[in-house]
Amino acid sequence: MTAAPELPVWTALLVSLLVVAGAAITLIGSAGLWRLKSFYARVHAPTLGATLGTGGVLVASMLCFSVLGGRWVLHEVLIAVFLTVTTPVTLMLLSRATLHRDRAETQDEAPPKAKD
Amino acid sequence: MSRPAAGRSTATSPTVKRQGLRRLLPHPLLFLALLVMWLLLNMSVSPGQILLGSLIAYGAAWTMTAFDMEEVRLKRPAAMIRLAGRVLVDIFRSNLAVGRIILFGLPKGRSSGFMTVSLDLASHHGLAVLAIVLTATPGTLWMNYDPARGDLLLHVLDLDDEQHWIDLIKQRYERLLMEIFE
Repeated sequence: MTAAPELPVWTALLVSLLVVAGAAITLIGSAGLWRLKSFYARVHAPTLGATLGTGGVLVASMLCFSVLGGRWVLHEVLIAVFLTVTTPVTLMLLSRATLHRDRAETQDEAPPKAKD
Repeated sequence: MSRPAAGRSTATSPTVKRQGLRRLLPHPLLFLALLVMWLLLNMSVSPGQILLGSLIAYGAAWTMTAFDMEEVRLKRPAAMIRLAGRVLVDIFRSNLAVGRIILFGLPKGRSSGFMTVSLDLASHHGLAVLAIVLTATPGTLWMNYDPARGDLLLHVLDLDDEQHWIDLIKQRYERLLMEIFE
């Protein structure tokens, strides 16, 4: 980052704090893919990176470039919006496919279909 | 560009008779959202960008009429802001909760599992927003919705107290969503 020396200290501190926190949360979320035992539990894990993890990095980016540019830089909001709207599509696709398969194979873990 | 209600139109997406503003501009909210997106992407509110963005948004809004979707009509902006606030707080809280579960495991005696919530919300757009909220919040996952019964099947990572999750969805989200969309 060539522009970093121009960043005031308070911004630099806040930005690095946000970036590290966001990255740490994303890392924990990714670790969940390995720590959690069942498929259904594992699907919850990547949401950490997609919400608070990205949130931290995006707010840091907005803050950093707003201060550097001397004007509001807000287009990171779009990344947050599109990520929030599209992540559920993938997660639901994966989890519903698993549910469908588990029901077909009558796995114990999956709940049976509601009876009429 | 008015299309007869043939083809893709089903019982769930009635062909809406457009009146007033909506005859000139079929999806005003989509138009506005696309225009804002354009201006944000270009980081400019110059007249030229507004004009270009409006043209693109206008074309996109008309293209959407081909899908013959139920139009979004939002009520109560105050409820929308309250919902957004609640969701942000809940996303933050459940991130920490799920992070703790990943690092230290579930507290003893607790397990994850499925549960069913019976919903009163029936608006398609409301349900879509609820699905996004629940899935974007770590710890809850939207699995299946049965439109005939209004039953929602959820997977919850920390299924300690089923009533807690039912209250969360019904009191915290569903009521506001019904105010906004119905």
